Amino acid sequence: MTEPLLKVEGLKKYFPITGGMLGRVKGHVKAVDDISFYVNEGETLGIVGESGCGKSTTGRMLMRLLDPTEGKVTFDGQELTSLSASDMRKARRDIQMVFQDPYASLNPRHSIEKILMEPLNVHNIGDPKERKRKVHEFLEIVGLSSYHAKRYPHQFSGGQRQRIGIARALMTNPKLIIADEPVSALDVSIQAQVLNLMQDLQRDLKLTYIFIAHDLGVVRHISDRVGVMYLGNMAELADTESLYEKPLHPYTQALLSAVPVPDPDFVREEVVIKGDVPSPANPPSGCRFHTRCPFKMDICSQEIPRFAEVEPGHSVACHLYEECRPQ
Amino acid sequence: MDERKTILDVKGLRTSFFTDDGEVPAVDNVDFHIRQGEVLGIVGESGCGKSVTSLSIMGLVPSPPGKIVSGEILFQDKDLTKLSDKEMRQIRGDDIAMIFQEPMTSLNPLFTIGNQLREALKIHKKDWSKSQIQERAVEMMKLVGLPRAEALLNEYPHQLSGGMRQRVMIAMALLCDPKVLIADEPTTALDVTIQAQILKLIKNLNERLDTAVLLITHDLGVVAETCERVVVMYAGKVVEEGPVHTIFNDPQHPYTRGLLESVPDMRFKKERLYSIPGNVPKPGSIKTGCKYAARCEFAFDRCRVEDPELYQTAEDHKTRCFLFDPKEAKPNDRTVVES
Repeated sequence: MTEPLLKVEGLKKYFPITGGMLGRVKGHVKAVDDISFYVNEGETLGIVGESGCGKSTTGRMLMRLLDPTEGKVTFDGQELTSLSASDMRKARRDIQMVFQDPYASLNPRHSIEKILMEPLNVHNIGDPKERKRKVHEFLEIVGLSSYHAKRYPHQFSGGQRQRIGIARALMTNPKLIIADEPVSALDVSIQAQVLNLMQDLQRDLKLTYIFIAHDLGVVRHISDRVGVMYLGNMAELADTESLYEKPLHPYTQALLSAVPVPDPDFVREEVVIKGDVPSPANPPSGCRFHTRCPFKMDICSQEIPRFAEVEPGHSVACHLYEECRPQ
Repeated sequence: MDERKTILDVKGLRTSFFTDDGEVPAVDNVDFHIRQGEVLGIVGESGCGKSVTSLSIMGLVPSPPGKIVSGEILFQDKDLTKLSDKEMRQIRGDDIAMIFQEPMTSLNPLFTIGNQLREALKIHKKDWSKSQIQERAVEMMKLVGLPRAEALLNEYPHQLSGGMRQRVMIAMALLCDPKVLIADEPTTALDVTIQAQILKLIKNLNERLDTAVLLITHDLGVVAETCERVVVMYAGKVVEEGPVHTIFNDPQHPYTRGLLESVPDMRFKKERLYSIPGNVPKPGSIKTGCKYAARCEFAFDRCRVEDPELYQTAEDHKTRCFLFDPKEAKPNDRTVVES
């Protein structure tokens, strides 16, 4: 078996809570608490979860836009977590990010040409003439025209801006693209265009994606494997088919049953969970889902369940499956 | 045919915004009605005029620059567009109530939940005693499934989670037993598990209290799950209207069909999503012809010059498309010729 392109081991991010007159640290928000996964070359790993589950924090840590509190990220044989700031900047040539809000992630005072040229300048790729040619080339690749280069972000619609965001991520020929909610701000008809574009680019440019989103329909459509996060933990991770057809974790089951389906004749199996997501500053003991879980046992509030394989390629962190695990 | 009485009837509504560039019609000649106890959905993408429609009904269109230019909104034989501000205030919150997308911005952070609930009752139920008002507030908090109702009344909005705030908003809207509840994207800001709870609550209350609900959303899943009838809007116009099963199983307007096909379905994997070419037009940018013609794969010459009307294609199904004009050729023949 070949080595995965990206490997994450025991990744943690604790944000300190300060308070009082002296600004002493009173506690920590455990935004991401000990997660591990890998991404193979050429595949799409989807990460889903509700707000506050730590999926965006995870994405940012992979690029070291946030420094992890603990844990190891290995990309293409290189350990990113131990790199110096300047070495990390070089490594980012191969890892690029697409953000949620195409309005906020493009500088309104820069022309599209300047925005797209920036990554080439930072990484010192090509001479000015070549850079210009590349800008025009990539504008065409994402479905815009080269005459758009002279325009400014406000002259584009949301969908077009997201295309520009994707073009910017592609400028350095990256291997991995981390897309954080890339289509959630877009209308349905435009969302489909951008998803199709991302799939075409993956096929043509042999890209690897980490696709972070809260929309389970979108994630199923684009992902090869999917990880479900809850309160900073990875609850379940499996290939898309088995996760959606045979979800094991009670949270995944509840999440899937809560999604409204665009078919009025559809009869769902209801797994309704009560209440809200607890605060990550004061997470429940043991399994973090036990406060809302319909199958709660005594052990759940005492012991943190292991995140381990139950079937080949299907991992879950839940005490219900403790016996079926290979020891 | 549905026997229930029509409770709200919108006829030829046109709401425009007057800008430096002239009149921009956000809602253009919109007709629809809601029957007593019915859940009607209005779906559409951003800028289609669904929110302006709801604000027009409530008399909340910011004026200037907005104005209801023509049309009628009939509620219990009264035309809401003709009422004075004072008369409208009596209806708003009492007979017709509204909940909004963002529960945090629609609650006042400086007042307790109880204070804000009681305020609505003080305005609309002038003859009620203090204890009657308090009792009603507690009753509504319990009805929407909030725990510790009495204690919560003394808390402030920031102390509640998003889902709880939306429940408070619903409690507040239902205080005076409204006949119509307008819910404008009530679950868009919420997580899916909370969304499921709130939708269930709205449906439950609709059945128990017989309140008609006008649900405005962009999410086709939410519509399929909660609504009985659907109005699809595009660029300020109603493009299709029908019962939810007909709209989802036998959509007629090319826009409705395109929209349904472009949604990724959680239940199975489509190889490739259908995508509607082009962008949603800016309001007022298309002057002649069908507003959807530029993006429509079936468009023919007539679509670009003439504005289609809403053709009745079945007893309860209407479509604004020339393909369904009885004078045109049968839609099936055309599709064959076009492709």
